[in-house]
Amino acid sequence: MAAWLVRRLAASIAIVWAVVTLTFVVVHIAHGSPCGQSDGRPVAPETCAALIRRFGLDRPIGIQYVKYLGALLHGDLGESLALHRPVADALAEALPNTLTLALTALILDFALGLALGVYQAARERRFGDIALGNAALFVNSMPTFWLGLVLLLLLAQWLRLFPVGGLRDLVLCPRLDSLPCLADFAWHLTLPALTLGLVGAAGTARYQRAALLEVVRQDFVRTARAKGLPERRVLLVHALRNALLPLITLFGLTFPFLLTGAVLVETVFAWPGMGRLAVTAILQRDYPVVTAAALIASVMVVLGNLLADALYGVADPRIRVRAT
Amino acid sequence: MTVWNWLAVGGAAVLALVAVAEIRRRAGTGTSARRFFRHPTAAPALFVLAFFVTVALAAPLVTPYRPYVQIDIARLANHAPSAQFPLGTDPFGRDVWSRLVYGARISLGIGALAMLVAVTTGVVVGGVAGYFRRWVDATLMRLVDVGLAMPRVFMLLMVVALWEHVPLTVLVLLIGLTGWFGTSRLVRAEVLSVREREFVAAARALGAEPARVIFRHVLPNAAAPIIVSAALGIGNVMLLEAGLSFLGLGVPSPAPSWGNMIADGWPKMAVAWWASTFPGLAISLVVMALNAVGDALRDALDPRKETA
Repeated sequence: MAAWLVRRLAASIAIVWAVVTLTFVVVHIAHGSPCGQSDGRPVAPETCAALIRRFGLDRPIGIQYVKYLGALLHGDLGESLALHRPVADALAEALPNTLTLALTALILDFALGLALGVYQAARERRFGDIALGNAALFVNSMPTFWLGLVLLLLLAQWLRLFPVGGLRDLVLCPRLDSLPCLADFAWHLTLPALTLGLVGAAGTARYQRAALLEVVRQDFVRTARAKGLPERRVLLVHALRNALLPLITLFGLTFPFLLTGAVLVETVFAWPGMGRLAVTAILQRDYPVVTAAALIASVMVVLGNLLADALYGVADPRIRVRAT
Repeated sequence: MTVWNWLAVGGAAVLALVAVAEIRRRAGTGTSARRFFRHPTAAPALFVLAFFVTVALAAPLVTPYRPYVQIDIARLANHAPSAQFPLGTDPFGRDVWSRLVYGARISLGIGALAMLVAVTTGVVVGGVAGYFRRWVDATLMRLVDVGLAMPRVFMLLMVVALWEHVPLTVLVLLIGLTGWFGTSRLVRAEVLSVREREFVAAARALGAEPARVIFRHVLPNAAAPIIVSAALGIGNVMLLEAGLSFLGLGVPSPAPSWGNMIADGWPKMAVAWWASTFPGLAISLVVMALNAVGDALRDALDPRKETA
């Protein structure tokens, strides 16, 4: 187990390094200069030259790369060109917001997806199953940001049940320090989380239904039924436990999706997270923030896969034996 | 819309129905065809796809306006759906139905072409890796690992934003070349199992070149999962294009794509919900149809992985 973990960790670090390098190269061979495009006003050439010198952008790309990697290993992500503050600070502010959104969406995704999948499998090929199956397929086929827009229009604009965007009420709740303010935060969180969660749940339900139906045809389920166990117990205890394995794969796949899907959803709901930070940085040619955001995103992908693999071992002893 | 436009739309629907019936007749009564059409959603999904393709091809016939025309910006911006404008007009006074139809050309075209690029690359890489194994396989698969861990949306956004004016062909290539990693893994696994079969050994014993063995003998026997992943992949590409265009970084305005139509209508969503809603519905409908066809194809071609 330990040797396996070490090997996987080494591979993960290599992958992250490759992504960082790729990002670095892409950013540095692009056209254009980092000063004076975001608001259209021209910047004096000498100012621009001074800025470029100050951030070391006139050095050969190889030296910049080595310096960047060195700084990265010391935990230094550089300084943002547009925000005039360390990149690490900006990320530290945005990352918790994205994680809160992603985790809430993940819980919604799996809770709803599991329930729907089990319900559909129990009513296989009857009206409830077919109707829900088609509905799930439709929701799963929507562009996430568009579903966000529709929910925004219906629930926030027309019915006025939810706020149209933002993290919290900045006037009444500058900080999260009281119960009403927490409630206000949850109220702002609902729509973006629901958007991400619904699209995810539709996919999860499809997987879960298929997995459960595969297990239900096996002999031990027939045995359980023959023993005279109530159907509820057969499905929820005997069958479901064996049908949870695909869900772990799905978890590994969903994790990065929540972050990338969040790029657009955060834009729609003006949610100050990683995605919005990255999009703004890309539009402003803020190189250090862009590379750092790509780094975090690839770490999340690798972490998701690693976590899924580790969970496999916990859930299924057969896999654990083979891995060592 | 004129009477002629309505008639043309009706004609397109009839043509799509005929096409589906024809596909059904040609497919015959074999096991695969029966399995495919046993899916209750398979035939309707084919109809949806055929309809959108027909309408897109016949765009000048079914639309009353050119997609760029701002009909009367002062009085006809944000006009609600009516007999003249069946899906309303957008904030720039353009007919949403006309843009939707011309946008189908761009959105469906990008989806199909980018998927073609992705599947071709994936098949070649997966085939080569699976057939030659050893260091070729190891090198290519490490590359795939990196590709799969790459935050694709970020990368695309970055490239497109940093290069400013990205032509459509480059956009298609970019989306295609960042989307083949999953396919190549799938193909490699399939090739690894097929290459051990007797007919491959026979082909090699007859002195066939590796390229001939891979493309004539191995890959045709691994076609099922490739076709299925291609059908499911077009939908993904369309969603990706919509996302990029929504951020203003995909298909540049005023050319209509379903993604940038949503973006154009978004600021006025509260007063003119139709401009953003209909393109989104069109995307959802087409992607759903592609997913349904993909599911049905999987059951038809690859009964081992049956889902229904």
